[in-house]
Amino acid sequence: MCLGIPGRVLEIYREHEVLMGKIDFGGVSKRVCLEHVPDTQVGEYVIVHVGFALQRIDEVEARRVFAFLEGMDQLEELEAPSHEVPR
Amino acid sequence: MDHPREGLFGTCPTPKSHYDRILLGHGSGGQLSAELLKRVFLPALGNDVLNALEDQATLPFGNGRLAFTTDSFVVKPLFFPGGDIGKLAVHGTINDLAVGGAKPLYLSAAFILEEGMLIADLKRIVQSMRLACDEVGVKIVTGDTKVVDRGKGDQLFITTSGIGVVPAGRSLSIRSARHGDCILLSGTIGDHGVAIMSVREGLEFETVLESDSAPLADLTHVMLESCPSIRCMRDPTRGGLASALNELASASRVGIRLLEKRIPIRAEVRGACEMLGLDPLYVANEGKLMAVVPENDAERLLNAMRCHPLGRNAAIVGTVVTDHPGLVVMDTLVGGERVVTMLSGEQLPRIC
Amino acid sequence: MRYLDEYRNADAAQKLVAAIAAACTRPWVIMEVCGGQTHTIVKYGIDRVLPDGLELVHGPGCPVCVTSLETLDRAHAIAARSDVIFCSFGDMLRVPGSRVDLLQLKSQGCDVRVVYSPLDAVNLAAANPSRKVVFFAIGFETTAPANAMAVWLAMRRGLTNFSALVSHVLVPPAMSAILSATNNRVQGFLGPGHVCTVVGTSEYEPLVAKFRVPIVITGFEPIDMLEGILRTVQQLEAGRAEVENQYSRAVRTEGNPASRKLLTEVFEVCDRKWRGIGRIPQSGYRLKPEYRDFDAERLFDVADLETEESTTCISGEILRGLKKPHQCPAFGKECTPLTPLGATMVSSEGACAAYHAYGRTLEDGKRTQLV
Repeated sequence: MCLGIPGRVLEIYREHEVLMGKIDFGGVSKRVCLEHVPDTQVGEYVIVHVGFALQRIDEVEARRVFAFLEGMDQLEELEAPSHEVPR
Repeated sequence: MDHPREGLFGTCPTPKSHYDRILLGHGSGGQLSAELLKRVFLPALGNDVLNALEDQATLPFGNGRLAFTTDSFVVKPLFFPGGDIGKLAVHGTINDLAVGGAKPLYLSAAFILEEGMLIADLKRIVQSMRLACDEVGVKIVTGDTKVVDRGKGDQLFITTSGIGVVPAGRSLSIRSARHGDCILLSGTIGDHGVAIMSVREGLEFETVLESDSAPLADLTHVMLESCPSIRCMRDPTRGGLASALNELASASRVGIRLLEKRIPIRAEVRGACEMLGLDPLYVANEGKLMAVVPENDAERLLNAMRCHPLGRNAAIVGTVVTDHPGLVVMDTLVGGERVVTMLSGEQLPRIC
Repeated sequence: MRYLDEYRNADAAQKLVAAIAAACTRPWVIMEVCGGQTHTIVKYGIDRVLPDGLELVHGPGCPVCVTSLETLDRAHAIAARSDVIFCSFGDMLRVPGSRVDLLQLKSQGCDVRVVYSPLDAVNLAAANPSRKVVFFAIGFETTAPANAMAVWLAMRRGLTNFSALVSHVLVPPAMSAILSATNNRVQGFLGPGHVCTVVGTSEYEPLVAKFRVPIVITGFEPIDMLEGILRTVQQLEAGRAEVENQYSRAVRTEGNPASRKLLTEVFEVCDRKWRGIGRIPQSGYRLKPEYRDFDAERLFDVADLETEESTTCISGEILRGLKKPHQCPAFGKECTPLTPLGATMVSSEGACAAYHAYGRTLEDGKRTQLV
C-alpha cells in the first residue's frame, strides 16, 4: 500500500503559509507539500505520497544494499550472468 | 464490541452481474468496452465484416478492395499539449485505414456542438483538421453539423469516417499471427495519454510532454513496400499496447511473449505513471503502431521503420509463441514473468 | 529515475534470489503487509522465483479493501447529495457498498471527483464556496499526515465548506490480530515501509517481543522486497526475532517527528471495523473533537443506513493469509475486478485483484485463459 515515489526537489516556496516544493519525477514535475521535511534543500530527493513529502531520502543508506551485494560477490566469487546491460 | 472473526468468511456486498447504465469504463477500450460490443452492438448489427472487429472494414469493390472505417472523438480538454480534438480525429481515422494497408483517400466529418461553445475555438479546430488532411493528401468531402442544448454536449464531439483503397494482393488481418513471428513497435508508448492527463483537472502536473498524435499512412506505406509479408498492424489507442496485444492474441489464438526491457518509453511517461500509479502498457497512444511480421523479415522491417521520422525509436518487443494461446506474458525486468491482461475498466490513479 | 531504477536491476535481483535459496533450509511462511508490496511481488513474479517451501502470504495492507461497508455506505449517501462535491482517491471509486459504488453515482449525475492529493480537495473548497466539499480520508498511517494537513489547512484558511470523512486504519493492531488467531500460519513479516517512514519502527518492538516473529521493515521495489525476504529468512533460520529496517533510505527509527506531532493534534485512536476481518480495538483514527466542524460523519446526518451484507467470499481468510486468491472457487469466475464479490478484489491493490490483473488463475503455477 502507500504508493510513495522518489522525486528531486527543483524549487521550494511558501503558499498559504505552508512549505511547498516543485518536485521532478523523471521529467514531469508536480507541486508537493514539504511542510514535514523543512530541512530539504533543492537538489535533494524526497519520498512523495499523495502530493505530500513523507521523508528525505538518505543517500548513504540508499547505497547500502548495493555495497552488500558487492560484498557477496567478493565473498563467494559469484559470477552474475549478465544477458543484457542493465537499464 | 465484536472480536475479529476467526475461521469465518468475510463480509461481501451483493455481486452485480452487469451494470445497467453506461459507465466511463465502457469507453476505455478494455474489458467493459468489449463486453458492451458483445452484449449490445454485435447481437443487433453483426455480420461477417463487422464481427471480424478489425480497425477498418475491407470490402470488395469492383476489381479491388475498399477500406472503410469510422471513429468518434470526445477528448477533453479540446486543446492539449501537441494537438486538439480535430487533429486527433483526422489522424485517428487515417491511421485506422493505414494499419489495414490502405491508402487513405477521403474523410467525412460530423460535428455535434454544444450551445455556447466559442466559435473561435471551433475555427481553430477546423483549421487544424485542414492542416492534418493536407499533410497526408486526404480530403474531407462531406460533413454534418448539429447543435445540442447547453449542458448536453461537453462542447464538441467529432465523428469521422474514412475511405481508402487496399492494393490487390494485400490482406492484413489480426487473425494471421503465427508462431515465431516478431512483434514490432514504432516508438515510445504512453505519450498521448500522459499528455492529456497532465492537463486534466485534479491530476495536473507540469511536463514538456506532448501528445504523439501523428498520421501513420506514410510510415505504413514504407513498411509494406519493404516488407510485404507483414501479417497485420494495429494502432494501440485507448486501452494501450496491452489491449491491442490481447486482441491480437485472442483473434489469432496464439500466445505472445513480451520483453519488458525492450519496450521504448520516455522518462517523462515513466515518471508520470510512477507518480500516479498507472501502468504505461495501458495508456493511450495516437501516433504509434505495432506490426506482426515473420521472424526472417523482422530486422529488415525494423531498419525501414527506423529510417522514417515516425519510426526512429522502433523496436522488436516480443514474439508470437504456441504456449499459453490467447495470453500475453511479459518477461519482467528482474527475471520473473507476469501475464499482461486486458484492461478491466478505466485505469484510475491509485494511492496504494 | 534515481532511487527507483537501481532497485529494479536484474543482476542484483538474481544475486538476492540465489542468496535466499542458499539461506533457506526449511519451509517458512512470510507475510507482506502492504498491498503495494503484494503488487510488486505479483507484477514482477517474485514469488515464482523463490525456493519451494518459502511461501509468501498476503496481508490486509490495503486500506481500500478493508474500509468497512458502513463507512462506504455513509460515503455514498453523502456523495449522492446535490450540494456536495465528493472528492476521493482513484482507488475508492469502484469499491462497492451495499448498493452502489462511487463510479455509478457519478454516472447518475452526482459530483464525484478524483483527486491526487487531499490538498487538492482543500483548494476545491476554496474555489467553490457555495458547495460543500467532502474528502474521503482513507488510508493507513502513511496517508494520515496528508489527510491531517488537509483538515488543518482548511481550519487555518477558515474554509467552512470543507469536511473529511475519516476512515483511517492502523497496521500494528491488524498484525496483532493476525498473530493472535489460533490458526495463524505466519512466521515472519515484511513490515510496511511507508507506514514506518511516517511513524517510525518502535511500534513493532512490542509485537516482536510478544509473538517472537521477525519483522523486517521493507520497501516496495523488487530489490527491496528480495532483500527484505532474505533478511527475514536469515532471522528465521537463526531463530532470531527482531525488528530490522531494510528500507533505511526512507525509514528512520523515530519516523518523521513533524508528521507524528500533527497526527496527535488532529487525530485520536479509535476502534475500527475492518471489512473481511471485523472490529479490531484501537485500530483506527478519527478526528479529534477540536476538529468537529470538519468531521463529515457528524456534519451529514447519514446515521439511518441499512447495511446489507452477504457471506459468499473468503476475503477474510485471504486478508489473514490463510488462503490464496486462486484457492477461492469464485476467483476469476463470479468474482473478477469488474464484478468483485469482496474486499480483496474490489481494490486494485487487494491480493485477489493483483492476482487477477497479473494473470494468476485457479491453480498456482498454471496459467489458463481467464476470460
